[in-house]
Amino acid sequence: MSIAKPSLTALASIAAALVTLSAVLIFVIAPEDADQGFSQKIFYVHVPIALTAYACFGLGAWKAYRVLATRGERYDLESYTGVHLGTIFGVLTLVTGAIWAKASWGVWWTWSSNQLVLFLVLFLFYCAYFMLRFSVEPGPRRERISAVYALFGVALIPVSFFAIRLANDFIHPTVFTREGPQMTGEMFFAFCGSWASITLLAYVMYRVEVAGKRIDANLRELREALQT
Amino acid sequence: MGEPLLIRAAALEKRYGSRSVFRPLSFELPGRGTLVVTGPNGSGKTTLLRMLVGLAAPTRGTLEVALDRGRVGYVGHEPILYRELTALENLDLFGRLYRVPERRERIGMLLERFGLWDVRSERVGTYSRGMAQRLALCRALLHDPELLVLDEPHSALDEGGVALLDAELASLAEVRALVVATHEPARLEPLATQRLALERT
Amino acid sequence: MSTYLADVAALAHKDLKLELRARDTLPAMLLFVLSTLVVFHFALPADAGKDAAYGLLWVALVFTALLGLARAWVAEREAGALDGLVLAPSDRSAIWLGKSLATLAFLVAAELVALPAFVVFFAPLDAAALAGVVLASVGICTVGSLVSAMAAAARGREVLLPLLFLPLAIPLVVGGVGASISEEPGTYLAFLGLYDAVFAILSWAAFEYVVTE
Repeated sequence: MSIAKPSLTALASIAAALVTLSAVLIFVIAPEDADQGFSQKIFYVHVPIALTAYACFGLGAWKAYRVLATRGERYDLESYTGVHLGTIFGVLTLVTGAIWAKASWGVWWTWSSNQLVLFLVLFLFYCAYFMLRFSVEPGPRRERISAVYALFGVALIPVSFFAIRLANDFIHPTVFTREGPQMTGEMFFAFCGSWASITLLAYVMYRVEVAGKRIDANLRELREALQT
Repeated sequence: MGEPLLIRAAALEKRYGSRSVFRPLSFELPGRGTLVVTGPNGSGKTTLLRMLVGLAAPTRGTLEVALDRGRVGYVGHEPILYRELTALENLDLFGRLYRVPERRERIGMLLERFGLWDVRSERVGTYSRGMAQRLALCRALLHDPELLVLDEPHSALDEGGVALLDAELASLAEVRALVVATHEPARLEPLATQRLALERT
Repeated sequence: MSTYLADVAALAHKDLKLELRARDTLPAMLLFVLSTLVVFHFALPADAGKDAAYGLLWVALVFTALLGLARAWVAEREAGALDGLVLAPSDRSAIWLGKSLATLAFLVAAELVALPAFVVFFAPLDAAALAGVVLASVGICTVGSLVSAMAAAARGREVLLPLLFLPLAIPLVVGGVGASISEEPGTYLAFLGLYDAVFAILSWAAFEYVVTE
């Protein structure tokens, strides 16, 4: 490694600063939406969180592919962390989506928001990932099975999305619609700032979780070696 | 020696989570060698043998087996058979999958040699444990493997079966490589060219 | 290539033979799907439209398939036979393909009973609906065989299999119901075909990693 990686503390500080900056951008600088009013501001949080969730699942799947292509134990940890974070952000997507739905239409849930339904399906899928993972003995078998399932997950994302759109065509005709955001300059700026800060936050969380789990694993090995 | 090395293990380790199954192992086995593996229950004999055939992967260290899949025969703790199929059907299926030439003749010969010809059309579920183990040996020998890996093969056999197995091992030891895990090392002493004793960690 | 297909044929043939002798999976599937359809009659309110019935047909099919899939690898687990298949020089994916074909045969057999019963109890089925059933069955069996093998390696496997399988089955249900009730079933059938292609290839490639270390 020739390039010095920025230290985790530095990254965490930057992330914290960016999040604060984004909050300012969202609440102070971005103008209120003409139609939806103040509640529209959840959009600045909801959409980046959703995008970050996709990114985390993608990272988990990439690391899963590495698990299968090499025999690296480290990739298994990284893949699991990616999926874990993706699930957390997925739950946050559902929560912020529900809040937004309540604020916009007065209902906590609607089947007509394709993205929300997709996240519900993914939430079920990735919860099953954890159940699978913790039902198999730790070892190379568990690593491989988890990796295959994580790869199936990312294949499921586009396929599910199509399915949900097709379903809405005939099964659940849309009741509520929402216009795609037509963002003015300031709104776009606030959106990008929010997106960047949440992505960085997710990356920092990823690094912290992986490092923590690695330390745990090393500690366990040391303890084991000392006992024999 | 002169025989090329069939198996080479260096600092071989296997861990489940943080638990290590055995201390790092290093050994080599040439073709036609006979390795006898001993150790108490829980010392990792089965795990080691499963690694040799490729059913388990090492956690650390290297294990090189200079044979393709399909040149190794394995008898584990389970007979590795289908209970609802007959002996003939089982061996026919494995014979196909293992690309055994002159399958029918070879199956007939092995069943005869291990005293199972008369029950060849009975479902394996009706067999006694000793008979199932004898059929497992037939299955392992079906494709004339260059390396035979046996995990405590005597334990499930009856007296007649034990005699058959000993005779078979004696004739095989000279022309094939054997790895046998056993609780009775004395029985294999005349054949052994190497010994490996595992300990509980 | 011909040895590959010969392996697949030998393995599928083995599964069919086993079922013919043990006769524990297929009769259960047949009885289950009929019982489920009867339950649905009582579960549907009197004024429920035809469309609701099609939805329930698909629920019945998916859960009947799950019954079959739960038993898919039991024979291999019983006496460690899976080790023997994995150690063979044949391609590991052939194990998956043989199992998928056999499971598909059982599911189709169950459908040969379920579909006429559905027509008699509830509503007619046109060619598009039947095509949907065929395409979705392929998807169910290919993905299901892989997922069932995953669950077989785990504790609590009976409970785990439905959890792993159902999210993956959702697109199939959408495709199947759509093919039954939409005025343009072509889109839904094409979608089912896409699902089958994508997930069959994935399952085919991934099976090796599920059964080896």
